[in-house]
Amino acid sequence: MAKQLYWEDLETGNEATPLPKIPTTQILVKWAGASGDFNPAHYEDSFAKSQGLERAYVHGQLKRAWLCQLMTDWIGEQGILKKLSCQFRAVDWPRLMKTMREPREGDTWLCKGTVTRKYVEDDQHLVDCDIWVENAKGEKTTPGKATVVLPSRG
Amino acid sequence: MAIEELKKFIGKTDAPYLLDVEKGAIKRYAEAVGDLNPLYHDEEYARASKHGAIICPPGFFGWAVKSRPYLSETRQEVLENLAKAGYKHFLDGGTDFEFVLPVRAGDKLVASGRIADIYERDGKKGNLVFAVTEITYINQNGDQVATVRWTLVCS
Repeated sequence: MAKQLYWEDLETGNEATPLPKIPTTQILVKWAGASGDFNPAHYEDSFAKSQGLERAYVHGQLKRAWLCQLMTDWIGEQGILKKLSCQFRAVDWPRLMKTMREPREGDTWLCKGTVTRKYVEDDQHLVDCDIWVENAKGEKTTPGKATVVLPSRG
Repeated sequence: MAIEELKKFIGKTDAPYLLDVEKGAIKRYAEAVGDLNPLYHDEEYARASKHGAIICPPGFFGWAVKSRPYLSETRQEVLENLAKAGYKHFLDGGTDFEFVLPVRAGDKLVASGRIADIYERDGKKGNLVFAVTEITYINQNGDQVATVRWTLVCS
């Protein structure tokens, strides 16, 4: 784990450590099984087309889970993720597989965040962040917000 | 179906349902996310942590004890009515989580869902309907662990 982050370490505008992710068709199958989201739009191209999309696309909730990881990795074990919200503004297409284990060449996504506000409320040291998943073109397909509680050096 | 009629579903509740939080399910969920945090899979490490046990990644609440449709009954009812009204496309619009307490392996949760809101907006390609479901999760000690709001976008 990364070293513990403290409230005093941060200022408005600071960035969370970016978290790279490569969704593959294989990962979408894993996610479907692990999360219980068996919507065929995420593994059957023809069904995705009937929903107005080009082909099977990445689950919004998987991207939401990445954003949760972005925050929990960054705030460390003494930090607490209090709130997280995101909107699925644009779809993302998974990489296809080259072998049973490796994806084909292609895009990498980045989960990112910046500090928007730092404050103390009810004795908690809080930080608000803008967070998002960014595709290889730099478009924020999944923007959101998070609030975390951090330990204070006092 | 006019939006006024759909709005009648606002406030409608689901029968509460039970969830088992099993460590194997937690591990598989974390693996699918690609999150290797030892709190989600390493029992010894987790036991020595402030949580004292394996915990769930935020947003995972285990699996329903009795299998049920993926969508809540009320949400399913709203969807069927939207389909009858000619809506064909259903997308996850976004989620809003409030995490109150960590969820530990071995917890038994009760989830209570209700339709929190239904509203209309003009979209680029015509009318959109937003259906918001709110679910509250309570653990075996009677403590609220989280509240989640899901927005379904229908066109």
